[in-house]
Amino acid sequence: MDLRFTPEENAFRDEVRTFFKENLPDGIRKKAAEGIRYVKEDIVTWQRILNKKGWAVPHWPKEYGGTGWSPVQLYIFKEEMQQAPAPEPLPFGTMMVGPVIIAFGREDQKQKYLPRIRNLDDWWCQGFSEPGAGSDLASLKTSAKREGDHYIINGQKTWTTSAQYADWIFVLCRTDTAAKKQEGITFILVDMKTPGITVRPIQTIDGSHEVNEVFFDDVKVPVENRIYEENKGWDCAKFLLGNERSGIARVGASKAQVRRLKEIASMERIGDKPLIEDERFAMKIAAIEVELKALEMTQLRVVAAERTRKGNRPDPASSILKIKGSEIQQGISELLMEAIGPYALPDQFRHDDRWNEPPVGPDYAPPLAPQYFNWRKISIYGGSNEIQKNIIAKAILGL
Amino acid sequence: MDFELSDEQRLLKDSVERLTTQRYDFETRKKFMAEPDGWSRAMWKQYVDLGLTALPFAEEHGGVGGGPVETMIVMEAFGRALALEPYLATVVLGGGFLARGASDAVKGELLPKVAAGETLLAFAHIERQARYDLADVAATAKKDGAGYLLNGEKSLALHGDVADRLIVSARLSGDQRSKNGIGLFLVDAKAAGVSRRGYPTMDGLRAAEISLANVKVGADDVIGEPGNAYPLIERVTDSAIAALAAEAVGAMGAMHEITVDYLKQRKQFGVPIGNFQVLQHRAGDMLIALEQARSMAMLATMMSEEENAAERRKAISAAKVQIGRSGKIVGQGAIQLHGGIGMTMEYKVGHYFKRVTMIDTMFGDADHHLAALARMGGIVGKASAS
Ligand SMILES: Cc1cc2nc3c(=O)[nH]c(=O)nc-3n(C[C@H](O)[C@H](O)[C@H](O)COP(=O)(O)OP(=O)(O)OC[C@H]3O[C@@H](n4cnc5c(N)ncnc54)[C@H](O)[C@@H]3O)c2cc1C
Repeated sequence: MDLRFTPEENAFRDEVRTFFKENLPDGIRKKAAEGIRYVKEDIVTWQRILNKKGWAVPHWPKEYGGTGWSPVQLYIFKEEMQQAPAPEPLPFGTMMVGPVIIAFGREDQKQKYLPRIRNLDDWWCQGFSEPGAGSDLASLKTSAKREGDHYIINGQKTWTTSAQYADWIFVLCRTDTAAKKQEGITFILVDMKTPGITVRPIQTIDGSHEVNEVFFDDVKVPVENRIYEENKGWDCAKFLLGNERSGIARVGASKAQVRRLKEIASMERIGDKPLIEDERFAMKIAAIEVELKALEMTQLRVVAAERTRKGNRPDPASSILKIKGSEIQQGISELLMEAIGPYALPDQFRHDDRWNEPPVGPDYAPPLAPQYFNWRKISIYGGSNEIQKNIIAKAILGL
Repeated sequence: MDFELSDEQRLLKDSVERLTTQRYDFETRKKFMAEPDGWSRAMWKQYVDLGLTALPFAEEHGGVGGGPVETMIVMEAFGRALALEPYLATVVLGGGFLARGASDAVKGELLPKVAAGETLLAFAHIERQARYDLADVAATAKKDGAGYLLNGEKSLALHGDVADRLIVSARLSGDQRSKNGIGLFLVDAKAAGVSRRGYPTMDGLRAAEISLANVKVGADDVIGEPGNAYPLIERVTDSAIAALAAEAVGAMGAMHEITVDYLKQRKQFGVPIGNFQVLQHRAGDMLIALEQARSMAMLATMMSEEENAAERRKAISAAKVQIGRSGKIVGQGAIQLHGGIGMTMEYKVGHYFKRVTMIDTMFGDADHHLAALARMGGIVGKASAS
């Protein structure tokens, strides 16, 4: 056992950190630090900077633009990115549909889609959930009927993150209504410009617009847009969901948030001293740091074990990372809101055009209550925490 | 020991609940929020007609002579309805200060107008640096002839944007955080030197920043004892905390009911999700938190008129701690058990969650009151002699 990274790994960390320092545009860095949302251009700009460097999709196989880094290097890269803090690549392309295309797609599909994902020429969104199919995803009803060389898609997806920006959506459709529910599903790529698609915004409780309903009304899609075989889409979905889960611990991002929390707690005052010197509050911060350190160690153990894992089945331990990661992020968002005391109250965070009056209270306060409310989502999406515990019970405990 | 309502109180409860269930559904609330004041003048009129704005005041001032239990009944119903109107600001806070501290002349002139719903009030007290310390007042009051000259910046005044009169705290002497030397003054919101900036709050209500620049007030506008108004501030704030506790219980109760209904209706994996034991237990934990909060809201109500300030403060702090903690358990649970739908602005549950969360930040959050209670030696009793 050795806690230290090797000299090579440390050198790698320095290289990555230096690159981020020198290449992440200031405006984008500031947004993350201040809790202001990125706009589409921020994410596109950063992705193209990474792509130019050859670091757009380090976890992909080398032949498709990956870097061939070890699991530890990938971990370091991600952590540095979150701590920079830089926008993380849009997950729907690089983490979700990209790996599915690589694992299940045809060569012509790889040639067509992968380079455009790397460079974020295409903005992807994930059309899995439906009003009646959330945790029970396999009960989805959106149908794709074969008509010659096309599928005709009808139905509704919901909670579709960033569909309002999307060029493409990957959808799970039912192609066989007679089969067992997991066995009649097909994975199809759909151009958002196809006639018959309607996107309707859903506003979340913090006032922002990230999710949407997407309606399909006789949407005609070429059969060649299907990934893998008809009725075998569930294999793609399971593979994708496993990847989604393991990306969700967000240790680096939480470290950045803890630092932000400490910064704010040293600017806020309680009585005659800074809040950070209040023992009660300092202990609350320390308690969450203990949790975070433990999660980091757990994640490192998972990463280290990956070096020797066979096949591409995700480690069921990734459910532990998802649960703890979400609880820690939510806990930090709670402390950030608590830190500003009564200044959680004013609603002055405008997501599109920022409030252009002077802030009520401290200028760091506006995003914090909305973030607390918004981050309740983290224990709901990506497989809710209850579902993750079911996975632990079945896959790890054999119950 | 009696936790039952009297016949009259039951009647009040029925009529307020009838009004809010018939006239304050979620869709209507959205329309009220879009009105110029951010709340409904028509609803306010209904409250007046029902006698709610007159509730706590003496009959000689056009009131009904109700007590804290009556206020609790109204606030709980408002919590269920997520009512937007300035009842807490005008009747509980503003009215409380006038009734307890204004001169007879001012009471005789103003209270009937407050009771009739014609005059709106707000408490302009919090300052940027104060956090939750009620004694942290930097605004100043300087003697000016028979009256005073007020200067300073007040923040987060609930419904301060619409108030006709403001109850302003300012310091006559002493250090910025001293309990001695604070005065309270009745200020016309349109007086020279007063400027206001209103804004919405996270829970859909309204508040204001208020600046005072050489604002003149007369001798009659003093509330309580100049230089010794702190006990009055505590006292009226305690009534407001009791009222907010009742409101929070109304909101939590509604949130819990909606969630349990949803567990029965929503199907996944071919069964109502309420079949999953882990969700049953969480709904059970939420109920426990709700009932503990309800008990403490009752304690706060019954203790809010207690003359012994130390005993009163302990009970109020204990209640505020419980409300804050229960609010988190019920609110976070309600969102989680709903899944995605709970996260949406279109659905009611999130609005309850936001209101309950914001109530925790008013007049001291759970941590603030826990520390205060610990300093007061707790609430159960002294160490046993062994
Ligand atoms: C902000 C946000 C963004 C999202 N983005 C996307 C996206 O881009 N694309 C997409 O396809 N989806 C997306 N989702 C959808 C997300 O994956 C679903 O919300 C999630 O799967 C839960 O489904 P549901 O909302 O229908 O809740 P339900 O499945 O109805 O769950 C309700 C409650 O029941 C619990 N529950 C359900 N089944 C069980 C069980 N067997 N045992 C114990 N408890 C159970 C759940 O944990 C939850 O607490 C997003 C959701 C949110 C909130």
